[in-house]
Amino acid sequence: MAAGVIGAFTAVLRRELRLAARARAEWLMPPLFFVIVVTLFGLGAKPNDPLLADFAPAILWVGALLAALLTLERLFRADYEDGTLEQIFIAPAPAIAAIAAKLSAHWLLTGLPLALLAAPLAAALGFPSAALPALTAGLALGTPVLSLIGGFAAALTVGLPRAGVLLPLLVLPLVTPIVIFGAGAARAAQSGLPADAPLYFLAAVLVLGLTLLPWATTAALRNAFE
Amino acid sequence: MSSSFWNMGGYAVYVWGSYGLAAAVLAWNLLAPRLRRHDILKELSAEE
Amino acid sequence: MWTWFHRLASPPTFYRLADRLVPWLGLLAAGLLGYGIFGGLLLAPADYQQGDAFRIIYVHVPAAALSLSVYVLMAAAGAVAVIWRIKLAECVLVAAAPIGASFTALALVTGMLWGKPMWGAYWVWDARLTSELILLFLYAGVIGLNQAIEEPRAAARACGLLALIGVINVPIVHYSVEWWNSLHQGSTILKLGRPNMSADMARPLYAALLGTYCFFGVALLRRVQNELLLRERGTAWVKEQLRSAHV
Repeated sequence: MAAGVIGAFTAVLRRELRLAARARAEWLMPPLFFVIVVTLFGLGAKPNDPLLADFAPAILWVGALLAALLTLERLFRADYEDGTLEQIFIAPAPAIAAIAAKLSAHWLLTGLPLALLAAPLAAALGFPSAALPALTAGLALGTPVLSLIGGFAAALTVGLPRAGVLLPLLVLPLVTPIVIFGAGAARAAQSGLPADAPLYFLAAVLVLGLTLLPWATTAALRNAFE
Repeated sequence: MSSSFWNMGGYAVYVWGSYGLAAAVLAWNLLAPRLRRHDILKELSAEE
Repeated sequence: MWTWFHRLASPPTFYRLADRLVPWLGLLAAGLLGYGIFGGLLLAPADYQQGDAFRIIYVHVPAAALSLSVYVLMAAAGAVAVIWRIKLAECVLVAAAPIGASFTALALVTGMLWGKPMWGAYWVWDARLTSELILLFLYAGVIGLNQAIEEPRAAARACGLLALIGVINVPIVHYSVEWWNSLHQGSTILKLGRPNMSADMARPLYAALLGTYCFFGVALLRRVQNELLLRERGTAWVKEQLRSAHV
């Protein structure tokens, strides 16, 4: 049983990564979008405005959040249309293993690059380099939650013609605590305060999300088939 | 009624605005299901 | 006990029960709300700090309390709909969302109308006000999702899952906004909490609170009846209802 779960998980994860390696444009889009949004913020402000550094946590977090939304609609759609999802539910291995693998792949391909990109972008906004670890740690803890909540919302809207419009409406209210704690950690570090409290909160929310959301996502996908 | 009552100690806009909006929300919650019921009954009897 | 429950949850029984309950609940709501509003506007003395602006609480507090309770009710109905697939729970969930959303909007706007004279601004990033705004977005998500999915039963179960995750999120949002506020705003915000309210002030508030819940009962039962009619179309009891309603 346990071997079946792990086997299904790694098999689906490997398949997702192989598919992504073939369609490079898809997973290059969110980081590119992220860079463009931050650049536009810089251009919208006064040249070299020192205030940009104050707003950097908010800019980076909102930019990362919106970039992570971009790939969500496609997360389950292709598998829904070509019947792969149905196979996942019929297969002897529990469906949750495959779905957890898909959520992990989404984070590896979207969330992780965004978290890594945040540091150079923050430096460009004049964000103090001493506070970069707190910013990156916050994004490293927060982006998996974005993938989990986003995956849940994508599962609820799978197969709907207007899914693209609905997704942000479902995801954004659910991720407010992540943005508050994540940007809060960066701001605390920026003003020389300890950032561990918000980071612990983010970790707690991540653990809560990991225990609940894969199940909820599986239930939502199963519901879409009935 | 006395004008001091309507004046609400200078807060008339805020107080009466709040009560007016509350009345509007209550009215909508009574009317909307009633209109919908009318539509549903019409639709269902057309089906028969 | 369970047979009683199953009979209650059967659409025709519940439909008729609702028909019998609505007049009584409506009467109760009208009486309590009437007394609450009359007492709030006329009997209660003006607050020594806030003057007459405090009278807004007689609509604001009941709306805010209801907005949270309705979301919890939706999540509970969602759990029943997802786990036991009871049709009545699906109807309750779908019917409660627009009512809850309207009272959330009312709580928000009356909160802003109270904030303008008290805080000097319509909007302050206060924990309660901000949580209420996020709650409105959560309601909007449920309503949007329900309208987007064509098959009503699948739509209701999807909304149930969303409401369940949402209800876990509500306290986290509230707590996070409070934490976030404590970093900056601190004590600039006037503290609302008063240790003791005089009975003249409190009694109308309790009446308005109860009356609002009774009103919610009326609005919910009427909407649930509509949902039941739609979902049970073609069955004998709906045809019977059509005949008696038509004349």
